[in-house]
Amino acid sequence: MHELGIVNYVVKQVEKLAVENELTRVESVTLEFGEVSGVVPSYLVKYWDWYVKKEEHAALLGDSVLKYETLPAITWCDNCKGQYPTVQYGKTCPYCGSGETWLLKGQEMNIKEIVAE
Amino acid sequence: MDKYKVIEVKESIFADNDKDADKLRAQLKEQGTFLLNLMSSPGSGKTTTLKAVLERIKDKINVGVMEADIDSDVDAAAIQDIGVRSIQLHTGGMCHLDADMTRQGINEFGTDDLDMVVLENVGNLVCPAEFDTGAVKNAMILSVPEGHDKPLKYPLVFTVCDILIINKIDVMPYFDFDMAKVEEYAHMRNPDLKIFPISAKTGEGVDALCDWLLEQVAEWKK
Ligand SMILES: Nc1nc2c(ncn2[C@@H]2O[C@H](COP(=O)(O)OP(=O)(O)O)[C@@H](O)[C@H]2O)c(=O)[nH]1
Ligand SMILES: [Mg+2]
Ligand SMILES: [Zn+2]
Ligand SMILES: [Zn+2]
Repeated sequence: MHELGIVNYVVKQVEKLAVENELTRVESVTLEFGEVSGVVPSYLVKYWDWYVKKEEHAALLGDSVLKYETLPAITWCDNCKGQYPTVQYGKTCPYCGSGETWLLKGQEMNIKEIVAE
Repeated sequence: MDKYKVIEVKESIFADNDKDADKLRAQLKEQGTFLLNLMSSPGSGKTTTLKAVLERIKDKINVGVMEADIDSDVDAAAIQDIGVRSIQLHTGGMCHLDADMTRQGINEFGTDDLDMVVLENVGNLVCPAEFDTGAVKNAMILSVPEGHDKPLKYPLVFTVCDILIINKIDVMPYFDFDMAKVEEYAHMRNPDLKIFPISAKTGEGVDALCDWLLEQVAEWKK
């Protein structure tokens, strides 16, 4: 149910940005997610399509499409100072085998852009 | 195509919430109220732990509780039973609280005279961790029956917390819960995390937790 909370929040943000930018009808909203953000984008789209049809959101967002892009997750190795793709290798550094590794990025959840009238 | 405008946002979904949270913390600092955000899975013992803690500190400081865990009023009533002020926040089935909802709760509750407010967050380890509520410190409860591998399954909540309360240690003999492992896994995520093993039921370990809280409150009011 986490995804519904996120949809609710994105809608709130977009409605605020719409006021600031004098938008009347939103065509699409593009989100960016880190590979290990834990979000299931297909659920987001499903909840989005249902949520934006609600009376209080429909005028601005009723026909809008939610799009998403994925940002790669990168892990940093403290031992050999290397970087590697998290999803492929997990916690263990593929160069030196060390477990002293930290996620550099990959947990992002961003609103990238809004296309609107 | 030119009837469409493209607004480049490039901002975290949570950017606005983070600003609201900082604003709320500033307000709390001003009024001298320490806010603790308490998170856990459903049934880990948030309400029971709160009751055990509040019984011990309610005569030392002015304290109140905001219940956000599902609109049932049961938890708020349980807290009122021990003579502590509480309100039930109506989250409308949301899976987490954000800073704006927390601020509304704080203002509606009337917290000017309170030294400490505890927010019992919605029982869920995923999104409460992503939304800064504006709390001064964050705590999570992990109970023994949930197992010692939770820090591996829900890493984020362990990184945002200041303390980890391990509850229900009275039932340790019946589970293969490995205290050393949980400490190791949790510290992998967050080396600064303070760990308090307690039993809200028998009271074991609760005094140490109370001491930590009273210290934090005193620190915040400086
Ligand atoms: N054995 C044992 N049971 C506990 C302890 N703390 C809470 N419980 C029980 O766990 C259940 C859930 O507790 P509750 O405080 O309502 O959890 P919450 O949903 O996180 O608020 C209740 O049946 C409590 O009696 C404890 O320290 N030991
Ligand atoms: Mg409860
Ligand atoms: Zn390495
Ligand atoms: Zn949520």
